[in-house]
Amino acid sequence: MDIPRYWRLKDQRYRLQGKKCLDCGNLSFPPRLVCPKCKSRNYEKYFFIGKGTVYSHTTIYQAPDRFDHIAPYSVGLIDLEEGVRITAQFTDVPAEELKIGMKVEMVIRQIYEDGPKGPILYGYKFRPVISV
Amino acid sequence: MSAVMKPLRNIGIIGYGAYIPVYRLPATEISELWRDGQDNLFLPVKQKSVPGKDEDTITMSIEAAQNALKRAQIDATKIRAIWIGSESHPYAVKPSGTVVAQVLGIVPDILSADMEFACKAGTEAMQAASAFVGSGMGDYALAIGMDTAQGRPGDALEYTAAAGGAAYIIGPAEESLAILEGSYSFVTDTPDFFRRAYQHYPEHGNRFTGDPAYFKHITGSVTKLLEGLNLEPSDFAAAVFHQPNSKFPQKIAKQLGFTSEQIKHGLLAPYIGNTYAGASPLGLTDVLDYSKPGDRVLIASFGSGAGSDAFSFIVTDKIKDAVKRAPLTQDYIGRSIKIDYSRYARWRKKINR
Ligand SMILES: [Zn+2]
Repeated sequence: MDIPRYWRLKDQRYRLQGKKCLDCGNLSFPPRLVCPKCKSRNYEKYFFIGKGTVYSHTTIYQAPDRFDHIAPYSVGLIDLEEGVRITAQFTDVPAEELKIGMKVEMVIRQIYEDGPKGPILYGYKFRPVISV
Repeated sequence: MSAVMKPLRNIGIIGYGAYIPVYRLPATEISELWRDGQDNLFLPVKQKSVPGKDEDTITMSIEAAQNALKRAQIDATKIRAIWIGSESHPYAVKPSGTVVAQVLGIVPDILSADMEFACKAGTEAMQAASAFVGSGMGDYALAIGMDTAQGRPGDALEYTAAAGGAAYIIGPAEESLAILEGSYSFVTDTPDFFRRAYQHYPEHGNRFTGDPAYFKHITGSVTKLLEGLNLEPSDFAAAVFHQPNSKFPQKIAKQLGFTSEQIKHGLLAPYIGNTYAGASPLGLTDVLDYSKPGDRVLIASFGSGAGSDAFSFIVTDKIKDAVKRAPLTQDYIGRSIKIDYSRYARWRKKINR
């Protein structure tokens, strides 16, 4: 694992920290240096609420090594309430129950362990909504 | 005798939150595999909660704390301490609390440490948080009891070693949904259950875990708390005791003079097993979900090694709005995906590819 990178990106992974353009209001995740809409470099941090709907999904059976211990698992595209589409893993939902348009919410889970001695990477995943 | 513990400044619970993973392993699965179902009529719990493949004490603490924050409705950055009590911290060295604090956005102006005292580590964190806020060192502190407990395959503890817990935000009495009346901690050196460094599974003293450990220490903390506060069991609307199985909490309640009506809420072990450091704090969340203003509630933990912390709280009218702001403990108990022993064995890393 690239520990400096993990450390640098922790607020993105833990809190869906993106950017809000101060000139046109455009929201981006992951955060971009230049606003894709108006090319402005004026922005502030924006923390996405972490609720959205499933735009598409698929289930991975042959996983890369670091995800082998959780396979099979589902990944997909999620339309956040704020209107930004992101990629994430799903959790706590059997593949056959995952549906396009399903309301989902962010939770923090282990993404992978870097072997038995390395650090544990935590980050967002999405599950069917249970919170009030 | 020693006096009841009470901080100089009046404090209480301003937010609480539960978390229980969605997966359940029926006790019959374990019984069938190891004993051909021979003990099917005497199972210590019906089923137990099992953490998902991507869950641990850190991720579970995060969700419980988020629920506590929803109920507390404070500026989270005013929380100045976070203590997580667990016997299953994901790292041997590296605090769980810093990850949880970073996710909650309450770094860097905060104190953090992980606590360990077998099943009493969660209430130990509540004691520390009460002292911290009660002394005026900070206005708010976050105390969490959370575990993903492991039992050796085939061992009696495998039926019950479960996952879950609760988070409490302790703050000034004026803002509390339940005000602390007093607490009492009772500890002796008792080798009833332990796990040496680098060992994956704990050892336990079988029958030694009952009378000299669980019953003696809870009796000690509760009796002295009630004497010190000049209260009788009948003064309480509800009581929660540590629950390593279904039987012990019912037996200790009866011995101490509490009725089955007083322990009907918060007795969760039959449905989710023993959540160790999470068990009595989680039971209290269920009691609070059903409580009314003016209710007096008792919580008594037990941790092997051994000790017990007992607390008396009086619920305020702030409970009414607070309850609705986060999922109820019964919502977590109600959601359930049953798994079989083979999935359990793989997920809990009892077998590896
Ligand atoms: Zn822009």
